Amino acid sequence: MGRVEGKVAFITGAARGQGRSHAIRLAQEGADIIAIDLCEGLPENNYPPATEEDLAETVRQVEALDRRIVARKADVRDFDQVKSAVDAGVAELGRLDIVSANAGIAGSFNRAEDIPDDEWVNMQEINLSGVWRTCKAAIPHIRAGGRGGSMILTSSDAGLFAFPNIAHYVAAKHGVVGLMRTLALELAPDMIRVNSVHPTVVDTPMVNNEATFKLFRPDIEHPTADDFKEAAQGINALPIPWVDAVDISNAVLWLASDEARYVTGVALPVDAGANVK
Amino acid sequence: MAGRVEGKVAFITGAARGQGRSHALRLAEEGADIIAVDLCGPVPGLQYSHATEDDLQETVRQVEALDRRIVARTADVRDRDAMKAAIDEGVAELGHLDIVVGNAGICILAPWDEVTPEVWDETISINLTGIWNTVQLTAPHLIAAGGGSIILTSSAAGLKGLPFLTPYVASKFGVTGLAKAFAHELAKHRIRVNSLHPTGVDTAMGEMGGEYPRLLAGNERLAGMLTDSLPIDVTEPRDQSNAVLFLASEEARYVTAMAMTVDAGNTQY
Repeated sequence: MGRVEGKVAFITGAARGQGRSHAIRLAQEGADIIAIDLCEGLPENNYPPATEEDLAETVRQVEALDRRIVARKADVRDFDQVKSAVDAGVAELGRLDIVSANAGIAGSFNRAEDIPDDEWVNMQEINLSGVWRTCKAAIPHIRAGGRGGSMILTSSDAGLFAFPNIAHYVAAKHGVVGLMRTLALELAPDMIRVNSVHPTVVDTPMVNNEATFKLFRPDIEHPTADDFKEAAQGINALPIPWVDAVDISNAVLWLASDEARYVTGVALPVDAGANVK
Repeated sequence: MAGRVEGKVAFITGAARGQGRSHALRLAEEGADIIAVDLCGPVPGLQYSHATEDDLQETVRQVEALDRRIVARTADVRDRDAMKAAIDEGVAELGHLDIVVGNAGICILAPWDEVTPEVWDETISINLTGIWNTVQLTAPHLIAAGGGSIILTSSAAGLKGLPFLTPYVASKFGVTGLAKAFAHELAKHRIRVNSLHPTGVDTAMGEMGGEYPRLLAGNERLAGMLTDSLPIDVTEPRDQSNAVLFLASEEARYVTAMAMTVDAGNTQY
């Protein structure tokens, strides 16, 4: 018997990276999945976008686990798209128990006063308002089940403390914590739990690229993955440079499961101790 | 299927009953062997019944019924010699140490002006110094094992100043701080240290809940501080053990220095 057997989970940003990992980990433990992803590029991102092929690969891997999945291309900046995807998923899979609001972007790197207006706005639209729209579209379905539920909002270590040159990201991720805490209180009477996860550097396409290497190693003209590794290790207390997507998924799984039935309002760092440094 | 802490050895204080016993059983269910200690005796001023040697024997019986090994000793977390002997004997018999659960604690309710120096000293020495003893004496074994996970039981009262518990709150805030400080110093050994923050748990400690009406009379404004936001009355020991299991397991291999609340939202309220 899986740890989330028979439950249905809605996951945003599920085409690859952490989102795909969450889908697979929850499916391994018995959940069916509703998955969305933008599957498009954004000009401010310095890394290749997720594609529809990536999302199809998530579908393939979930189905290989003998779980059902309803996947759609949808943009968290557009409430109607999010709502129609989750509505269609629930219509097909019958219920909703778990939300993983994971979709997010890294954006470009600038000092706060140099961030272009449109990039600031787009960051908030995706990394903060997108999380809110995800919750807004999902809550009526979880509540309708009458069984309670678990929503896990993906913040970041940058939602707990500051990093220079990504003020828009830090602000959005701090905002996710405030949203999480408010939802935890508002939804408690319905036994819907709301928690956030706070990864340190995770080995995914969003991070493992030259732009990030430069952010962490401004001292080197063309930093390599090895140069980044050294700097990344400096963030963490445990002697490791980064964590894997599955490490975040294991935290999501635990928070999603009934083992955490009385855990709500928690900001859970999966950050190798970066938060105490 | 392999258990989630298969083949590991866990040292647990306050393991005769309540949360400590529950942790022992949950970890044993998932494949761990156990080293268990408990005071098994009276503490002056306690407003609930104390654990006994029979209780500790029952923990032994239940762990053995799961086909796991257990080394149990009567030991006071304030007594470093007794603690060291229990830890060293347990590790000698079970081979290594991977998980530490600093769970032993007392709680005595009293308004600030009725707390005696004896209650203050007793609470600080068991709840805080006892945790320090636990970590300092077990960490060498975890280092020898190449890493491990330490879980220190604090409380919602280790994150907010719950009323009528001044020594308890001070001790539990201390535990929260110890977890963070140890997390940093032990990180290079791949030892993770996290604190656990329960709200009310259905154990013998709850027997003193009858004191609250008297204490709240004249302090009605403080009653809300004791409220959980989820609509429940109390959590079960197993709810706390499930968090201990997660933190103890490899699933949480990069989770450290965290204050894990299993508090039905109490600290957010």
